[in-house]
Amino acid sequence: MDRLLFGDNQFFGVNHMSEEKARAQAMRFHDLDSIMAVLDIAYDSGIRTFMCTTHELVGSIADIVRNNPGRYPDFIFYPGMPYAHKYANAVTDLGMLGAMRKFAADDSLFGTAVRGGKAVASKDVESLMKMLVDAEMSMFVGLKTPVVFLQNVVTDLLLGLGFKEAFAMFARHVTQEYHAEAGFITMNMPRLLDALDEVGVENPIVCANMNKIGFRMSGGMEEYDRALEEREFRAIAMSVLASGAIGPREALEWVAERPKIQSVVFGASSAANIRGTKEIADSIWTPATAEAPALTR
Amino acid sequence: MMRVAVVGVGKMGLSHLSLLGAHPDVEVAAICDSSGYLLDVLSKNIGIAGVKDYDELLERTDLDAVVIATPTHAHFPMVKAALERGLHVFCEKPLTLDASQSIELAALAREKGLHAQVGYHNRFVAAFAEAKRLVDAGAIGEIRHAQAEAYGPVVLRAKGGTWRSRRADGGGCLYDYAAHPLDLLTWYLGEPTSVGGTVLGSIFSASTEDEVYATIYYGGAVSAQLSVNWSDESYRKMSTKITLSGTAGRITVDRQECQVYLRDTAVVPEGYEVGWNVRYTTDLTPPVWFYVRGEEYSAELDHFVRAIEDTLPEGQPADLNSFASAAVTDSVIDSLLRDAEDAVAHTMVPSASTGGHRTQTSAPTAAPRRRGRWGARRRRRAA
Repeated sequence: MDRLLFGDNQFFGVNHMSEEKARAQAMRFHDLDSIMAVLDIAYDSGIRTFMCTTHELVGSIADIVRNNPGRYPDFIFYPGMPYAHKYANAVTDLGMLGAMRKFAADDSLFGTAVRGGKAVASKDVESLMKMLVDAEMSMFVGLKTPVVFLQNVVTDLLLGLGFKEAFAMFARHVTQEYHAEAGFITMNMPRLLDALDEVGVENPIVCANMNKIGFRMSGGMEEYDRALEEREFRAIAMSVLASGAIGPREALEWVAERPKIQSVVFGASSAANIRGTKEIADSIWTPATAEAPALTR
Repeated sequence: MMRVAVVGVGKMGLSHLSLLGAHPDVEVAAICDSSGYLLDVLSKNIGIAGVKDYDELLERTDLDAVVIATPTHAHFPMVKAALERGLHVFCEKPLTLDASQSIELAALAREKGLHAQVGYHNRFVAAFAEAKRLVDAGAIGEIRHAQAEAYGPVVLRAKGGTWRSRRADGGGCLYDYAAHPLDLLTWYLGEPTSVGGTVLGSIFSASTEDEVYATIYYGGAVSAQLSVNWSDESYRKMSTKITLSGTAGRITVDRQECQVYLRDTAVVPEGYEVGWNVRYTTDLTPPVWFYVRGEEYSAELDHFVRAIEDTLPEGQPADLNSFASAAVTDSVIDSLLRDAEDAVAHTMVPSASTGGHRTQTSAPTAAPRRRGRWGARRRRRAA
C-alpha cells in the first residue's frame, strides 16, 4: 500500500465540518472534467491510489482510466462499498423487503425465499452479499483493485448487530472472485479487530479515523493506541485532518509517531494542497521508509 | 444488564439494534417485526430471538424496556401497551399522529414512573445543543425571530408504495421532515401560541405533502418561519438549519457548525467574543461508545439507558426528548394541518395600470385571516 491514498469525499460534497464548504465543493466538482483535473494532479504528484466509493461518477472515472492505459499505467482503485445512499433511498422508497427484492431481482433462490417469508438464512445472506459486491465491482472490470473495502456504515452496523460471520463472507468473496484483499472501514477500530480475529480474518486491512483530536475514534484514543501497538493488522488512517480542524504537517507528524499506520487517506481539491501534503509526507517519511511493505497476495 | 426488545427492524430499527447490541449495559433480549422473513434472517444470523407477535413479546416477563421503530400510525397502541406492562419506552419520532394521544401517553408514562423518550436525535447533535446552551444563557438577548429549515432528496418523482408515502400512516414531509425543525423550535423557543399561513404542497406525492411552509407565533413579538422541502435534490442528504435572531446577536446552526454573531450589548459566554464566532462539530462532539452513522444516534440511546439506570452525567436533564416535549411538537403539527385546511389568504386584485396584482388593502374581499388555534380542537388526523 502506498503511503498516501487519495480519497473522494471532496468530489461528492462530503465535509464533516461545514455544509457551506461541502456545497462549494459540490459546485466546483459539478462535472467529470473538474474531478479528473484534480485526480491528474494527484497522479502526477505520485499519488497513484484512489480510494473511492461506487458513486456512478466513479464509474465514469473508471472508464477514463480503462480507456487511457498509456496515461494511467499505475492507477490503482481501492473501491469501498456499498454506496450507502443508494440502498438507504431504496429502503425509504420500497421498504426493507422491497429493497431486498429489488437488489435481489436476479436471484431466484433469494427472491423465492423472500416471497415465501422463509429464510435459508446465512446461505441467503451470503448470496445476497455476493450479488451486491458483484454489482458494485462491475464498474472496475479490467482495472487494478488490489483491495476492496466494506464501507463503514455497513461494517459498523454488522459489528453492532454481532453478525461477524459477514466479514469472513466478504473477505472470502473478494479473495476468490477478485483476487483482492478485503479491507474494512470502521469508526470502531478496536472492537472491529476483535470481531475479525474471532472469525479468522487474519492480519486485516482496517481503515479508521485516526487524528490528533480523537474525532470519531470510538473506543477512545487510548484503545486506538493500544491496538496500534499490540494488534496484528494493517492500519490505514482516514480523517487525519479531522475535516480541516488540524493542519496537514501537525496531522502527519502525529501519524508518523505511530509507525503501525501504513497509509493515510486524504482528500484535497487544489494543486497546492495536494502537492503540499505530498511534500510534507516525503519530508516526514524519508525515502527509505516511504514505501510500506507490499501487499502479499 | 438492561434487557431491551427492538420492535420494527426497518432503517431506524436496524440502526438501534446495532447500537444497543454494542452497548455495554444492554442485552437485546428480542426483536419483533411483522415480517417473518426479516426476523428469520436476523435471528438466525445474530442469535437474538425473533417474535412476530407484539402481544406475545409483551407477555415476556424478562424485559425492562422496548425500542419502538414501527411506522408512526402503529406507535400509539404499541407504546400504550408497553407502558401498561411497566416497560420503559424509546419511541421513534413523531410520537403519534394525534397530539391528544401523545399527551395521554406522556401522562401514562409519568403516572407509571417510567422513562419515556422520543427519537428527536437533533437534540443530541453537539452543534444544536451548543445553540441551546447559548440561548439559555441569554447570549443573543431576547429572541425575536427564528427561521427553521430542512431540505433533502427523499421524494424526487411520483411513486409510492410504503407507509412513508401516505399521510394517514404517518408518511409525508410534515411528519417525517418538518417534525425535526419543529422540535428544535420547541426546544429553543418553547410552546407556540398559534400558527398561520401554512402551505402543505405536493410536488410529486399523490397521497401526502412534499413541502411545508408556515409562520409560527410564540406570543409577544416572537415568531418563526418554517420552510421544509423533502423533494430537493440539490441536497445530498437531509439538512436541517435553524437561525435565531435576538436583540443581542444571531445564531445559525446546523449539524456541522454553530455560527454565532454577538453584538457588543451581548452577555458574552466564556470562550466567545463580540462579533463572529464559529464552533465546529469536530470540536464540540463528545465521543460515543460505539458509532454507526452519527454520534447523535448513539448518544440518544445512551441517554435512554442511563436515564433508566439513573447514571446520567451531571447537568444532563433526564427529560430531554420526553414524551411531553414530543407532544408539544405533535400539537404544532396538528395545528399546521388544521391551518392548512382552513387557510384563507388575502385575495389579490388585478392592478388596472400594470396588469399585475396588488393587494387590496382598503376593502379586503377575503375573510379575515384565521389562525389555526393552538390546542383548540382535537381530532384524529389520520382518518
